[in-house]
Amino acid sequence: MTQPANSQVNILEVQDLRTEFRTIDGVVRAVDGVSFSLKAGETLGLVGESGCGKSVTALSILRLIDPRAGRIAGGSIRFEGRELVGLDEAAMRGIRGHHISMIFQEPMTSLNPVLTIGTQIAENAARHLGLGKKAARGRALEMLDLVRIADARRRLDEYPHQLSGGMRQRVMIAIALACNPKVLIADEPTTALDVTIQAQILELLAEIRQRLGTAIILITHDLGVVAETCDRVIVMYAGRMVEAAPVAELFRVPRHPYTRGLMRAIPRLDLDAEGEGRRPRLTEIGGLVPSLIRDIPGCAFAPRCALAGDRCRSERPPMLDVGEGHRAACFEWAHGFEGARRDAGQAEGVR
Amino acid sequence: MVSYILRRLLATIPVMGVVAVFVFFLLRLAPGDPAAIIAGDDATVTQIAAIRAKLGLDRPVLEQFGLWVLGMLQGDFGTSIFSNLPVSRLIAQRVEPTLALALSTLLVAVALAIPLGVLAAAKARRLTDRLVMLFAVMGFAMPVFLIGYVLIYVFADRLGWLPVQGYKPLSEGIGPWARHLVLPSLALGITYMALIARITRASMLEVLSQDYIRTANSKGLATGRVLLLHALKNAAVPIVTVIGIGIALLISGVVITETVFNIPGLGRLTVDAVLKRDYPIVQGLIIVFAGVKVLVNLMIDISYAFLDPRIRY
Amino acid sequence: MSQVTAITAADEIEAPGPGWASRLARAIRRNPTIVAGGVLLVLLIGLAVAAPWISGDPFKQTPVNRLRPPSEKFWFGTDRYGRDVFARTLHGARISLTVGFAVAAISSVLGLLLGLLCGYFRRIDAVLMRVMDGLMAIPSILLAIALITLTRPGLAIVIVAIVIPEVPRIVRVVRSVVLAIKTQPYIESAISGGTRTTKLLARHVLPNAMAPLIVQATYVCASAMLTEAGLSFLGAGVPLEIPSWGNIIAQSRDFFQIAPWAIFIPGAFLAVTVLAVNMLGDGLRDRLDPRLARRL
Repeated sequence: MTQPANSQVNILEVQDLRTEFRTIDGVVRAVDGVSFSLKAGETLGLVGESGCGKSVTALSILRLIDPRAGRIAGGSIRFEGRELVGLDEAAMRGIRGHHISMIFQEPMTSLNPVLTIGTQIAENAARHLGLGKKAARGRALEMLDLVRIADARRRLDEYPHQLSGGMRQRVMIAIALACNPKVLIADEPTTALDVTIQAQILELLAEIRQRLGTAIILITHDLGVVAETCDRVIVMYAGRMVEAAPVAELFRVPRHPYTRGLMRAIPRLDLDAEGEGRRPRLTEIGGLVPSLIRDIPGCAFAPRCALAGDRCRSERPPMLDVGEGHRAACFEWAHGFEGARRDAGQAEGVR
Repeated sequence: MVSYILRRLLATIPVMGVVAVFVFFLLRLAPGDPAAIIAGDDATVTQIAAIRAKLGLDRPVLEQFGLWVLGMLQGDFGTSIFSNLPVSRLIAQRVEPTLALALSTLLVAVALAIPLGVLAAAKARRLTDRLVMLFAVMGFAMPVFLIGYVLIYVFADRLGWLPVQGYKPLSEGIGPWARHLVLPSLALGITYMALIARITRASMLEVLSQDYIRTANSKGLATGRVLLLHALKNAAVPIVTVIGIGIALLISGVVITETVFNIPGLGRLTVDAVLKRDYPIVQGLIIVFAGVKVLVNLMIDISYAFLDPRIRY
Repeated sequence: MSQVTAITAADEIEAPGPGWASRLARAIRRNPTIVAGGVLLVLLIGLAVAAPWISGDPFKQTPVNRLRPPSEKFWFGTDRYGRDVFARTLHGARISLTVGFAVAAISSVLGLLLGLLCGYFRRIDAVLMRVMDGLMAIPSILLAIALITLTRPGLAIVIVAIVIPEVPRIVRVVRSVVLAIKTQPYIESAISGGTRTTKLLARHVLPNAMAPLIVQATYVCASAMLTEAGLSFLGAGVPLEIPSWGNIIAQSRDFFQIAPWAIFIPGAFLAVTVLAVNMLGDGLRDRLDPRLARRL
């Protein structure tokens, strides 16, 4: 299902990325020291619950953070060796949609309601590939065929409201691929869709990667999706990376307590110690995620972690090597290993 | 679509009916004796009786109303009390300057206000935006006659660039015609511009926060294309609505502007009629202006279908 | 508890300045438009009320002093009859503000009543809204002009003439609030549960209608002042002998090039007054009704 990357060249390298937003209550560190690299043709999963900073990471790579709301406060994003942080806006516009494309979570609202499907695909090709009107329309037709939309010629002149949700997401993919990008960032591409449609879209993404060799960053909160489509996974929590590993390795031996928690339908990290009242369901984590406005000196997960010691609360754990290409930001990763094994077994069942 | 237009056209009939009933019965229900008031304080009993007969106040109300409506449907808007000329002819004589003034104002205001609003939205909360909003808030508070006199004072009286007052018909050449329209159009247009710029900004701001604008930006499109094609087209419906609402502002403003700039149009006809209390003329003008307003609103309703493909009738 | 109050009281006595100053600063920072508009308006109302004491006689004609530019004696100059423009302008504020507030108050009450009727009774709604559509089709200044043509001039008739075209605007706002509330599940259940209409109105409808009503009333007030000035300027407003801003300007029209101050100064006062009321309205709207704020 998953296949090894066919090349060792890093096309995208993110180093210590930090993105902040200004709010009335203070500065929110939405992304706090994220580092990873992406190889050509590889699919990288970015996992975490909503608000953990995975979408902001994606928007930061494309430099789509609204300057009135926030900014990239530090770090480096290199695309084919070229630094994107600080690159001027005009050059950035030449990269967006051309070399790095993005598809969004909400196919219902992400397409412009007053422009035809054809216009929305063709304008991409016209802008970046220098195609004329007719050639761009031809390209749009080609793309609709690629994403397997039937009766493509008629669809070109239709408006988004005439299409179903699944079809709209296919159109979004067609737009994103119109210029044959090297990197495709897919931000929860299937969350808003029916289960059967979800599978079709994931299949389409896998097929596209195989045919075009596009590297994909797949952002999701669904571990099942990750297991099916990704080569490597990064787990994020409260704006920080907590674990990074090849997908099989992660599911076999999740090292970070948070990852282990994620893999259980209902985590019981502190049930034995604390009893009824504090039995958080991770899927409803909401209020329990620490505020990102305060500076968190130690591990962000420490307040909710059964393994946390004093050191976890005072010192921020770095990403430690914990296995073959496997890193985790946890001082106590070796503890509770038996539990991890048991969890992994459950996760296999989930898959 | 055709059936929608037809239905909307039919819906204007009750509206115009209410207008007709209102202006007709206003004369009958007005406190005191309108005939005596129209005739003036020095009028004799016979003069008052003559005016009463002219206004039809001596005949049964319904019969008179029926005759009046029937006449209007055939283009007969009654007869002026003082000049004894048909109201329709008086109106026709004065249409050109008013039409020229209204159209040039509409054109200038829309052509300037929409770019201003788009600019303000694109630069939201920056200096440009603040300046545009300042202009919009101030412009909306300024009485038309004050703007008019300030413009005359600066550009005609002090700088001498443009004529102080008056109107030259188009038949006397396009140059003089246009020169006489510049200041009145600006005076009349500033309030209107303020209104349109404001709604353009608000509507654009709402659209710019939508997901599909993020999509457009993620495609690396030029800012101009994102703003003018992707955003403005979506923001168009409220803008066009306000352009329509503003027509009322324009009509009220025309009356005052024509007085300030001494333009012999429908506005001046209105004022002269009021001063002489020539009610039939006032009556006819209200019907005409209300008709224009209703028609403009109808056109705006229909235009929605062209602006938003999701609207189907 | 009493200790706490004692401490606050002591604080206020010791440092009264920073206390209210910082509170004021916070209010301004939160709602700069409301505060600015409110302060301006209070200032103008103060001038209008104090006009007889702080300015001279607005009617006294001194032909020797005709068309004098602003000077130490006549701060705002004089008009064609040698009347003091300063005195006339201040007295004009009384007329404008009276008309503005009276029209806003009367059309709010009428509009609220009619709007509630329309929102509640479908039969009345069908008829009344047609009438409102018709009235809205007539440009407001023309509607006022028509009424004034047929009556003897006076302040009251001007107010009535401006109220008529403004009422439909209020009716529409109130009606839409009532209709929106009626679809709320809790109101539907209250109606089916037999709650009395009067109680329903007092508990749910009125409180919800108040915010948009107040906001709309400020706009009606501003628009009424502009319409009154426009009518007077055209010679169809309050009687000529009343020094309203529109009348002052109308009477100085023919001398515009010689004595522009007699037009610019009352005109500027009118603009500032309307601006103050509009700012108050904008600020209140942003505060009371964010949904409406987004629309304009």
